[in-house]
Amino acid sequence: MSAPAPSMLTPAAKATAEKLGLKMGRANLEEFAATLEELAKANPNIVAVTSDSRGSGKLAPFGKALPKQIVEVGIAEQNLVGITAGLAACGKKSFGVSPSCFLTARSLEQIKNDVCYSDVPAVLVGISSGTSYGALGTTHHSLHDLAVLRAINNLSIIVPADNFESRQAILAAAKATKPVFVRFGKAAMYGLHKPETKFEVGKAITLRDGNDVAFIANGETVVHAVLAAAQLTEKGIQARVLSVHTVKPLDTEAILKAGRECKAVITVEEHMVHGGLGEAVASTLLQAGVAKPFRIVGIPDEETVPGAQADIFRHYGISMEGLTATATKLLK
Amino acid sequence: MTDHELQLKAIALRRAMLQLIYNAGAGHTGGGLSCMDILNVLYNRVLNVSPQTFTSPTRDRYVQSKGHCVEALYAVLADRGFFPASDLDTVCHYQSHYVGHPTRHIPGIEMNTGALGHGLPICIGMALAAKMDGTKFRAFTLLGDGELAEGSNWEAGLAAAHYQLDNLTAILDHNTLQITGHTRDVMSNEPLDEKWRSFGWEVRNINGHDYAALTQALTEPSGSGKPVFVIANTVKGKGVSFMENVAKWHHGVPSEAELKQALADLDATEAKLKEAK
Repeated sequence: MSAPAPSMLTPAAKATAEKLGLKMGRANLEEFAATLEELAKANPNIVAVTSDSRGSGKLAPFGKALPKQIVEVGIAEQNLVGITAGLAACGKKSFGVSPSCFLTARSLEQIKNDVCYSDVPAVLVGISSGTSYGALGTTHHSLHDLAVLRAINNLSIIVPADNFESRQAILAAAKATKPVFVRFGKAAMYGLHKPETKFEVGKAITLRDGNDVAFIANGETVVHAVLAAAQLTEKGIQARVLSVHTVKPLDTEAILKAGRECKAVITVEEHMVHGGLGEAVASTLLQAGVAKPFRIVGIPDEETVPGAQADIFRHYGISMEGLTATATKLLK
Repeated sequence: MTDHELQLKAIALRRAMLQLIYNAGAGHTGGGLSCMDILNVLYNRVLNVSPQTFTSPTRDRYVQSKGHCVEALYAVLADRGFFPASDLDTVCHYQSHYVGHPTRHIPGIEMNTGALGHGLPICIGMALAAKMDGTKFRAFTLLGDGELAEGSNWEAGLAAAHYQLDNLTAILDHNTLQITGHTRDVMSNEPLDEKWRSFGWEVRNINGHDYAALTQALTEPSGSGKPVFVIANTVKGKGVSFMENVAKWHHGVPSEAELKQALADLDATEAKLKEAK
């Protein structure tokens, strides 16, 4: 019998989530798969390409419902990206779906040349991203993906925080005429947005206003920033929370506004501290002459601590408690 | 166009390629000469594509996986009228899109290649798209000997057979040399016919400078429902006596005197060809 997965939230964090009225949704990965299936049923031009990954990509129902719109390449990620690019070059709206750890490392050259340089409207979907695979270890973590992809021209990079952002990201990617990368984790996520929220690729969403400290976060870390912001209010600290779902192109306007208006800035990401959202934000602020107390919260440059995703998050301070402490310290 | 006319055209194409490499001060001379006859047959006899139909969804697709031999492709595309031949004066120049590997900035080029082992997977995607849409176009790619050491070719070899892509043809420019020397010494890959056959491909082993053989191998549909792998046995540096089968001409650029000598070789071959007629 396998050990039960530890909860992402401590009892105190759960209580805060309840107080905020947050409702638990499903995994972003499940939202992606359901959205893609819905789109593909209406548009036979949509094709999913998988590398023995339809199970982990939650695409088994897609494969059953639309067998002519799914291409299986076997465990061959380089081939997956090349085929996805070839399909896109011939007018298909192709989605290459593979674990982000393999997709963005083994087939990086195909992403760079076949998709981005060749400028075909393919969508690359990194599933079970970040530390989603938890205790399976570093081979299965993608803590480098945003860093390497940011260094490639002609690619939008989207890291959705909850089911709403996940659905919107796929709707946008399906319409895109340029290459897109989207990353999804597999833990069930709290809903963070009101249904009327406007989603636009490249535009951050302000989840909470405040001028003492800004949490600039993305992906599965955003909920922890929201909870920390609520905790900080009880200490008289008003925190702003930005969900920067698009890492590229970056919403520099919202970031500079936050940097100028807040006393301190904390970035939060499920990625190594090198080359991800944190350094993108730091670069934006510094180049505009905005120098505020600043911390990048992410996975440090060390062999990642063994454990489930929840353990890893807590270990590195990606939690309500950890972020509350980081903010309090930074503002002292 | 008769075989004889195509052979004469090949002389002109080799001349244009050598001249542009000399002008650019860079290029892949040996491989360009070895694949020139293949490209000549493809673009003048086989591919259902022209400057006028290049945006048609039903055009045949050609992806040059051995992208480093782009100078041969530039010469052929210019000759077919995809762009003015004068554009080739800018190859490898500042702000010219005519860089040392194929890009889609150039009319007639389907995909940006140059890193090896990419063309075959891309062509599988293209061939699958044709099957899905019920369209008849074919996808072709040109591979090099050294390139076959890239594992992605073998991933693609499995997938093309798995999906029975009889609308896909991979052509190997089998000149048996790569940058370091003989492929058999760098990383042996023979017997290639048995390997690809065992992967589920229909293999055609031909003389890659024989116009009748090339035409047949590239036009005859797959009779087996399998993808077709054409082993085109070629000579690196073909057509220039002092470049033939010499590895250093992989990316050697001729000096003025060498260019003169190379062009004289081609003139002599042309005269003989005309005489034979």
